[in-house]
Amino acid sequence: MSASLIPDPAEPPASPFTAAARQPQPTLAELFVAFATISLSGFGGVLAWSRRMMVEERKWLTAEQFNETYALCSFLPGGNILNFSVVFGARFGGVSGAIAAMAGLMGPPLTLVLIIAGIYAHYGDLPALRRALTGVAAAAAGLMVATLVKMARPLFHNRAVTGPLIALATFVAIGILQWPLPLVLVVIVPVSIVAAMVRL
Amino acid sequence: MTSGGGHGTLLTLAGFFGVLSLFAIGGGNSAIPEMHRFAVDVQHWLSDRQFADTFALAQLTPGPNLIIVALIGYHVAGIVGALVATVSMCGPPAVFAFFVGGASEKFKGKAWHTVLSRALVPVTIGLIAASAAVIVSTAGYNLMSLAIMIGTALIAYFARVHPLWIFAAAAAIGMSGLL
Repeated sequence: MSASLIPDPAEPPASPFTAAARQPQPTLAELFVAFATISLSGFGGVLAWSRRMMVEERKWLTAEQFNETYALCSFLPGGNILNFSVVFGARFGGVSGAIAAMAGLMGPPLTLVLIIAGIYAHYGDLPALRRALTGVAAAAAGLMVATLVKMARPLFHNRAVTGPLIALATFVAIGILQWPLPLVLVVIVPVSIVAAMVRL
Repeated sequence: MTSGGGHGTLLTLAGFFGVLSLFAIGGGNSAIPEMHRFAVDVQHWLSDRQFADTFALAQLTPGPNLIIVALIGYHVAGIVGALVATVSMCGPPAVFAFFVGGASEKFKGKAWHTVLSRALVPVTIGLIAASAAVIVSTAGYNLMSLAIMIGTALIAYFARVHPLWIFAAAAAIGMSGLL
């Protein structure tokens, strides 16, 4: 802990991946437990929990490695944290590492949600439960709106109009016209990439 | 739950979520409209009301948001359906991430990163807006639930409150009969 705070002058500036050799290496069981813990602690904000565990507590990744890995994962298809578990698990344990991390991430919530589904199948028609769920759905929609506004603010900071226009077009096509997602993305993502490349 | 799920139903589940998984940019919640379109409008597996309940139950479960696919799968074909839906939603991106992540040193240039980020952020914003709209339209809203939605949005925007407290308060307001 204290030693890592003082850079060794003899040491060349380590690239994020050569530095990994001197960091603690998780075993398969540790990978499973780590992602199970992240998964069960994460209501909504799984990113904050994974950073805290990987970087601050276990020191399996430096802050820089974490940012690079996470940036990569957010551009891959699928859930960010799922991709993160696979990339991270694979780096330490190959195929079995990826499977251990992913099983840790998905296993516990899957078990929980099946219990919840069983309860809902029996009691889903109770008026009080239905009203409680309507309240939760409304609150969850509200959380989405807050995330949305936070994400959308920077779009209006530069003078380019394509960002807001692409967001609006995506919203209308999917949310109002209810067109199939793959068709919409196949058209709108290339348009958006071209717009980003020519900095419209 | 309903059909008991023959092999045809399981194949439909696997095919739908397998394809959807590769288009789910920005995480599970941005794919909500497509799940609604297919499960409610095309296949009639769930009613609007059941879809809204399923969404709420998934929000109450810790872990990745995409766990909603297990609930949809369970509703269609029990535990086997839940497993098929979850594996189909996780498998293709996992294989993709495994190979791209292994080659990640090649992807460290900043140019592609900036372009993709600028390109995908507005699309993701549009998708989340669409998800909120679909949830609002399926849940059968009245004034009180709209008030909960707007109140939650304001609290989450201006303050840092754990979502679980917000959900507990919203559930209590709902149960008290004001909804």
